[in-house]
Amino acid sequence: MTTTPLTQNIRPGREPLSLKEYEAAGGYQALRKAIKELSPTDVQTMVKDARLLGRGGAGFPTGLKWSFVPMGPDAPRPKYLLCNADEMEPGTFKDRLLIEGDPHQLVEGMIVASYAIQADVAFIFLRAQYDRGAERLRRAIAEAYSAGYLGKNILGTGFCLELQMHESAGRYICGEETALLNSLEGRRAIPRTKPPFPPVVGLWGKPTVVQNVETICNVPHIVNGGVSWYRALSRCEDGGTKIYGVSGKVNRPGAWELPLGGVTVRQLIEERAGGMRDGLKCRGVLPGGASTDFLVEQHFDTPMDFKSVAKAGSRLGTGTMIVLDDQTCPVGMVLNLTHFFATESCGWCTPCREGLPYMENMLRAIEEGRGEERDLAALEEHCRWLGPGMTFCPLAPGAVEPVQSALKYFRDDFERHVREKRCPWR
Amino acid sequence: MATIHVDGKAYQTRDGENLLDACLSVGLNIPYFCWHPVLGSVGACRQCAVKVFKDAEDKRGMIVMSCMTPVKDGMLVSIDDPDARRFRAQIIEWLMLNHPHDCPVCDEGGECHLQDMTAMTGHDYRRTRFPKRTHRNQDLGPFINHEMNRCIQCYRCVRFYRDYAGGRDLDVFGVHDRVYFGRQADGALESEFSGNLVEVCPTGVFTDKTLKQHYTRKWDLQMAPSVCVHCGLGCNTTPGERYGTLRRIVNRYNPEVNRYFLCDRGRFGYEFVNSEHRLRRTLVDNEPVERSEAIRRVADMVKAGKRVIGIGSPRASLESNFALRQLVGPDRFYQGFGEDERRLMAKIVDILRNGPARTPSLADMEKADAVLVLGEDLTNSAPRMALALRQAVRNKPMKEIAAKVGIPEWSDAAARTAIQDAKGPLFIVAPTGGKLDDAAMATLRCAPNDAARVGFAVAHALNEKVPAVEGLGEEQRALVEAIAQALREAKRPLVVSGPSCNSEDVVEAAANVAWALCEQGKPCELSYVAHECNSIGLALLGGGALEEATAAIDAGQVEAVVILENDLRRRVGQDGRGGRSGHGGSGNDSIAFVLLDCLAGEEKRGVYLPAATFAEGDGILINNEGRAQRFVQVFTTDDDIQESWRWLVDVMVACGRSEAAAWRTHDDIVAAIAQSIDVFGPIPRTAPSADYRFAGQRIPREPHRYSGRTAMRAHVNVSEPKPPEDVDAPMTFTMEGAQTKPDAELTPFFWSPGWNSIQALNKFQEEIGGPLRGGSPGVRLIEPRENATVCFFDRIPPAFQTRAGEWLIVPTRHIFGSEELSVLSPAIAELKTRSHVGMRPEDAETLGLKEGDEVRVELAEDQVSLRLQIRPDLPRGCASMPQFLQHLAGLTLPQWAKIKGK
Repeated sequence: MTTTPLTQNIRPGREPLSLKEYEAAGGYQALRKAIKELSPTDVQTMVKDARLLGRGGAGFPTGLKWSFVPMGPDAPRPKYLLCNADEMEPGTFKDRLLIEGDPHQLVEGMIVASYAIQADVAFIFLRAQYDRGAERLRRAIAEAYSAGYLGKNILGTGFCLELQMHESAGRYICGEETALLNSLEGRRAIPRTKPPFPPVVGLWGKPTVVQNVETICNVPHIVNGGVSWYRALSRCEDGGTKIYGVSGKVNRPGAWELPLGGVTVRQLIEERAGGMRDGLKCRGVLPGGASTDFLVEQHFDTPMDFKSVAKAGSRLGTGTMIVLDDQTCPVGMVLNLTHFFATESCGWCTPCREGLPYMENMLRAIEEGRGEERDLAALEEHCRWLGPGMTFCPLAPGAVEPVQSALKYFRDDFERHVREKRCPWR
Repeated sequence: MATIHVDGKAYQTRDGENLLDACLSVGLNIPYFCWHPVLGSVGACRQCAVKVFKDAEDKRGMIVMSCMTPVKDGMLVSIDDPDARRFRAQIIEWLMLNHPHDCPVCDEGGECHLQDMTAMTGHDYRRTRFPKRTHRNQDLGPFINHEMNRCIQCYRCVRFYRDYAGGRDLDVFGVHDRVYFGRQADGALESEFSGNLVEVCPTGVFTDKTLKQHYTRKWDLQMAPSVCVHCGLGCNTTPGERYGTLRRIVNRYNPEVNRYFLCDRGRFGYEFVNSEHRLRRTLVDNEPVERSEAIRRVADMVKAGKRVIGIGSPRASLESNFALRQLVGPDRFYQGFGEDERRLMAKIVDILRNGPARTPSLADMEKADAVLVLGEDLTNSAPRMALALRQAVRNKPMKEIAAKVGIPEWSDAAARTAIQDAKGPLFIVAPTGGKLDDAAMATLRCAPNDAARVGFAVAHALNEKVPAVEGLGEEQRALVEAIAQALREAKRPLVVSGPSCNSEDVVEAAANVAWALCEQGKPCELSYVAHECNSIGLALLGGGALEEATAAIDAGQVEAVVILENDLRRRVGQDGRGGRSGHGGSGNDSIAFVLLDCLAGEEKRGVYLPAATFAEGDGILINNEGRAQRFVQVFTTDDDIQESWRWLVDVMVACGRSEAAAWRTHDDIVAAIAQSIDVFGPIPRTAPSADYRFAGQRIPREPHRYSGRTAMRAHVNVSEPKPPEDVDAPMTFTMEGAQTKPDAELTPFFWSPGWNSIQALNKFQEEIGGPLRGGSPGVRLIEPRENATVCFFDRIPPAFQTRAGEWLIVPTRHIFGSEELSVLSPAIAELKTRSHVGMRPEDAETLGLKEGDEVRVELAEDQVSLRLQIRPDLPRGCASMPQFLQHLAGLTLPQWAKIKGK
């Protein structure tokens, strides 16, 4: 069997597989198997045993999440499965690859996952800018409906599922699952109070599971290949492959499906991304997207799995790293990111709404040579008070991760800006 | 109960309560913004951070938001923890980044929760050097001033306005640090409860625009505990005065009545007190005379043995009505209601006093889990009650949905997410639609007769002993079944009705429904709306109807009439029975008139005695619940103004009436009422007597920071005059006196050290949202009769039949317009409903009429020209006209009429 199940059907530069081609490649077999041979609980157990961790960034065990959904005849109805395809994390493009490259894989995953939690309705919440993905998904969904994989009485089993794609209006916060729920309901995209968690009180108050695109795409393969095969794909205690990505000034930026934990930071840059461009040196990486802490030279041999990256002081996040080279101003880089996060704050809680723009102001002042010594201390304080638990949702704690680690690893650069009253890279 | 340990001290709190509420309840200080005792917790502002520790070994602890953290027994908490303190100060720094630093020119300054919380956290230095963001302000109408730059984005305004009060036109716009609270476009706020934004907003974004016209800081106001006079609910208020004019009204928390909120008529209707139409001098035939001369004139009339009658008023205090009754004698005392209203109010009082159903307080009503409203558009006839019922519909889903998944009631956003649009049973059966309809499970618009019939049928469905109703339509039968089932299954069923339909049948049907349950041993509460602030007091006092008085006048049996605080044109004007002179007489010159009122009529023949409003006098009003409540004089004037009861006592004394000679103070007359009329026995308990002292002192009406006392009259006399003495209440008209928190009935304003805003209320409550220290103001006079033999009403009216070419004109009431005093306030006047006739769109189309056309309404004895208003909410065969609006006063409605285009 393949070692790259997620991307096996993807043909770069070409149209994705049609329904027929997908079926010919073994598609919708997982659906047939799950729905005809397995009970919903069996599927849940398989996913749990396969140790599929959520691929959206937080790494929450998928099977565990599903187990919170009320099951049985007394469960509130309708139940919902939501696919979080609002991929807006700067530097992250792995879901796009899966959506555009093999939309039927996602659709099949949605149906199997819906079956596992006995969802009645499923939505794919798609990033506003993913026009091509939207078009391809729309086609795949229509094909699935006409083939009887969606709608009433799927494959004659009595299981019914409606699947809809919703194109987002474009806010980063919709990646936070409860803000996504609000947005889908037509409310302001602000996160919800937790508890209750969506599996209990979700979309329109009903049990709802929200999963990232990549997570859902894993599900058919677990059903097809079985738990032990899936566990064996990885190089760590958690199962499966991971789509890793590299962006920044490397020779071949891109994304690759590799065993989870089967690659180090250095290997990714050197072996996959073709090393640094034009004799540049890598000073550090944001290993899992813009909202993760920098890793620097001393960490470059860390395997890219959830635990190891956490131990190194960052997060695997989405597994798509951004590389900082030695000719790029780290202050400018974190200013750019902070600007993004400040703009994308939903405005609900004080620290995020007010703190991030304040940080942006200070970073801009430093970058433009107007920085003051006290700004560095103030930035550090902000990183602390915008940390986990202080804010309403994880947006701000994620947003300060690059800043707090930049202050730690590139402090000299900040101090030079202040001292020389200019950006030394300009 | 749970024990929590806060900074090493143990406190008893309720288990499962949120930690912020618990800490505030035991008197600890934690700053907060987005949390509100009624609106609950949402965790947005992050201001109430404290540290909790896992166990005694845990030295690091974890910062949590106290508002979002449920209390657990044995919990270890630190408010004082340095990290928590730093974080809270940081929150204030963030909130102040964009906040204008101009408190001295801000209307909120001096009673600003943001100021208080900033001082509490110790944030005192502005580090930021970056520009502030600015916003454009909106014109939100005559009540509310908008200054968005002051916003700290606590989201309370929209949570109150939309989630709590059901408003639609105020919303939050924009994102990140440009979040904006306002309307889509400039325009008057549509909610009848918009004024509460003034108190809900912790800073100066939403402030009282009427106060702005004559701005005064809270600390410069003279204040006293008062009661709203603009409807029958008796919401408790705090009016504030300076330089002889009333400046504003804010809410005075009464846990049983209005709790945290007022309606806009109650809050902004106060300016009639300052009206240029106020009667300030004693007049005889329009000429100013000495007070003593006026009193002598009236006394002479009485002494001369002239046949004097007295006409009382549902908007005058119990004392004044009683004094008039004493002056003229019970046989010659007329209630001042028209016959219809007199009969309805008498019936209501009889039902509540002699039936088995209990009349609930507003707070009780908020706890109901199934409600039937029969014949009332509550938003217009008893606005605060509509707000209470809007909360009641949440009780059932809270229990059946939110509580089941473990969401505590205070976790507001979570609860609303879980509940979504689910509503508990509220049914509204009335001739017209209303704003509360959107909270109802089902509504039926029908003519008053049919509303009564639905009520009778519900009662029958609940209890076989109630006679059945024949000939109900399909739709009505289904509704009857649904209502009956909901009431039957409820733990706290409630029936609401009132006199707005002018239908005894409706009132009786409502009683039948409540009694149908009571008779089976299931308590059901029964509440009737009362239109005026002392309607119930007057009904309890008894007396003839206005028509009887005019008949006596017409029959020549009367030589003098004493009219108490009553514009009779409003009640019997239109059909000529009372004439439009303002005297209610037949224009007979031989009759002498004595008028006691706060407002001057158009024609001033007779003796005019300027009566105190609630602001210049003391008195007791009895609300629709039957709760006697005391209002205390706010300020003294140099004019001839005094309470009507004082005028009448003066007259009686001048007549040599010995009993009145003893009635020199409010306590005296209250004691006399209590002694002479059984039902009023408990009224001396409405407030402590005038000789009561706190720590040996009286209670000051003025805050201790009151400024200008020695200067404010210097243009008259540089010597500071001796402050007036208060013989009626244990209070002073100065800032001197007891600086401790007085009894609830006598709390002139809410203030506590470090708590200058109205949120100082926290410090006056036994627990947050609970009773006030020292009890809840007011004494209930009406309790259901235990073991009453239930005698169901059995006069079922015939079904409504439409008539060709005629419409049944049903009366409508309007929050802004139908009440006579509040419309004298310019802000209310700006929004008041204009005279109109309402018609269904189909009917208007048939007649070829459109909105705004002038139409002729041909009534039995009168014709009026009115603008047409299209009202799709009217039932078939009915049209509507506002009651008590301008020249429509005194109409007897409902009645049949022809409507024609011009």
